[in-house]
Amino acid sequence: MAAGKTSAIKAVSSRALDRAEPLIRGVIYISGWSSILFVVAIFFFIFKEAAPILTKVDWGEFFFENRWIPNPAEGNEANYGAAGILYGTFAITVVSTMIAMPLGFAAAVYISEFATGKVKETLKVLIELLAAIPSIIWGFIGLVIMGPIIQKLFDVEVGVNLLNASLMVAFMAIPLIVSISEDALRAVPDSYREAALALGASKWEVVYKVLFPAAKNGLLAAAMLGVGRAVGETMAVWMASGGTENIPGNVLNPAILLERVKAMTATIASEMKDTAHGDEHYMMLFVIGIVLLFICVVINVISDLVIKGIKKKHS
Amino acid sequence: MDSELHPFSASVFEQRKLFKEKLARSLMLTAALMLIVPVISIIIYLFVKASPVLSISYIVDDPGPLGKSGGIWLPLMGTFYLVLTSLVIVAPIGILAGIYLNEYAPDNWLTRAIGMAVTSLAGVPSIVHALFGVGAFVLTLGLGKSLLAAACTIAVMTIPVIVTATREALAAVPMQFREACWNMGATKWQTIRTIVLPNSVSGILTGVILEVSRAAGETAPILFTGAAASVAVSTATLDRKLVPYDLDDKFMALSYHLHIVAEKISGMPEEMMFGCAAVLIALILTVNSVSIGLRGWLRSRKKW
Repeated sequence: MAAGKTSAIKAVSSRALDRAEPLIRGVIYISGWSSILFVVAIFFFIFKEAAPILTKVDWGEFFFENRWIPNPAEGNEANYGAAGILYGTFAITVVSTMIAMPLGFAAAVYISEFATGKVKETLKVLIELLAAIPSIIWGFIGLVIMGPIIQKLFDVEVGVNLLNASLMVAFMAIPLIVSISEDALRAVPDSYREAALALGASKWEVVYKVLFPAAKNGLLAAAMLGVGRAVGETMAVWMASGGTENIPGNVLNPAILLERVKAMTATIASEMKDTAHGDEHYMMLFVIGIVLLFICVVINVISDLVIKGIKKKHS
Repeated sequence: MDSELHPFSASVFEQRKLFKEKLARSLMLTAALMLIVPVISIIIYLFVKASPVLSISYIVDDPGPLGKSGGIWLPLMGTFYLVLTSLVIVAPIGILAGIYLNEYAPDNWLTRAIGMAVTSLAGVPSIVHALFGVGAFVLTLGLGKSLLAAACTIAVMTIPVIVTATREALAAVPMQFREACWNMGATKWQTIRTIVLPNSVSGILTGVILEVSRAAGETAPILFTGAAASVAVSTATLDRKLVPYDLDDKFMALSYHLHIVAEKISGMPEEMMFGCAAVLIALILTVNSVSIGLRGWLRSRKKW
């Protein structure tokens, strides 16, 4: 009896679900298109908040002068020269990429070409868990653990600086670089490897004479996504970089690694609370947001096109 | 060399090649270990430092003044309800969008534009999502700085996670399943409901779990949209203890609490911040391990 009853209910409810097909299809279509809506909305609202000041910004000052004084002393004019802040983001991106790229590529090659069986599976899982560690934890590690280590090691007053922030960002970018470049290496057909091995190449020769050239677009995309991650990273950069805009005279001097920097993301995060809705400072933070948004979206879309191109070529 | 005595032993040239191979191999293994060993030791260090406070009472007590004493109940609940609310918003949209992209979308410019939009959403920096949240949810929709505004911001940010996972899960269901069902006279929706979804539900679930982990760890998007360093909530009664926040309240969150206790307050007892970090990281690693385990179990059970 009971079984008959439940199956009857099931039949009725499934008939109802079938009848709702046009409605459900509508909902599915709208949800599908919603991503476009959200992207448009993000651009719209960021521009909307910054709009009143966009025509008044002195872009020459913004890009080329290092004078960010949003709250000047009584009687002085506020300055919004963001060169120092742009330099901070640029420096962290360059240094962290220099750390993350070789390590990421090497780990990807090891996992994809040398490791086998249990070792391979374990490494992959560990890299995946590494990717899950949130940026606030990296910021905390930079501030509380790495900071004192750098202080002692280099005998400097403050341990939060360019080096510290770049290390933290590198560790955040590496799992991404590893997984994308591993995909790129795996997409190279086995016949390439077999041909090289048959000609007497060692495994390492296969990697750098066959796989690297064949997978170079994918590896490039991996590096670019790492760069995008570094540019957009907020909490780790905020807590580990020191937060002082600083443009060094000589960028090739390694001592600049130990200087404090201030990145675009950290500027927005730290200064928003000092602003009132609609004042100049508030709108200038949204202007920085616009610059960030453009850099990151362009980087992501280009590397995605490269990755998709690879998939198409090999399928 | 005695290579002339043993005609099959490696020549000098081959020996050099083998040496290079070994060198490259060990260098790359070192690189892989350099990623993993420091991180594991740091995490162990975190837990050792946190061990003096880690106890049941640390979890269930409210934070004391400035977070210097007491526990982390209010931030923990804040994170829980933030994740839950964002999930309620993003799961239907994300799953349906994944269904659209894999089952309905024709191969045309619009579909490519949607794909590009999903990629762009994933690429937008979290702090820009926070600015969007301020403009759209806090101000324009008039939600104010609240749990709901923060959850909406997190939801928009995590759409790509669920869309991508759903799409992959659906794509893994073989085309023959659908064709067999259509041949029986089933409509597209009937096929999706009775054949495609049941065969991909665990893959979709993995995506949902990943969203939970992302939402629980994020700090930047909730900075200006509703997170508070402290809240005036009385948790005297049991129902206020279990549901300390309304949707339009400001709330505390574990990630933001960690930022405050680590950076903003001087004279913070060390174990208080390590405790908070340890709980957050334990939470996130557990959630992710569940997702990885589920995926492995799924692969082992796959029938096709």
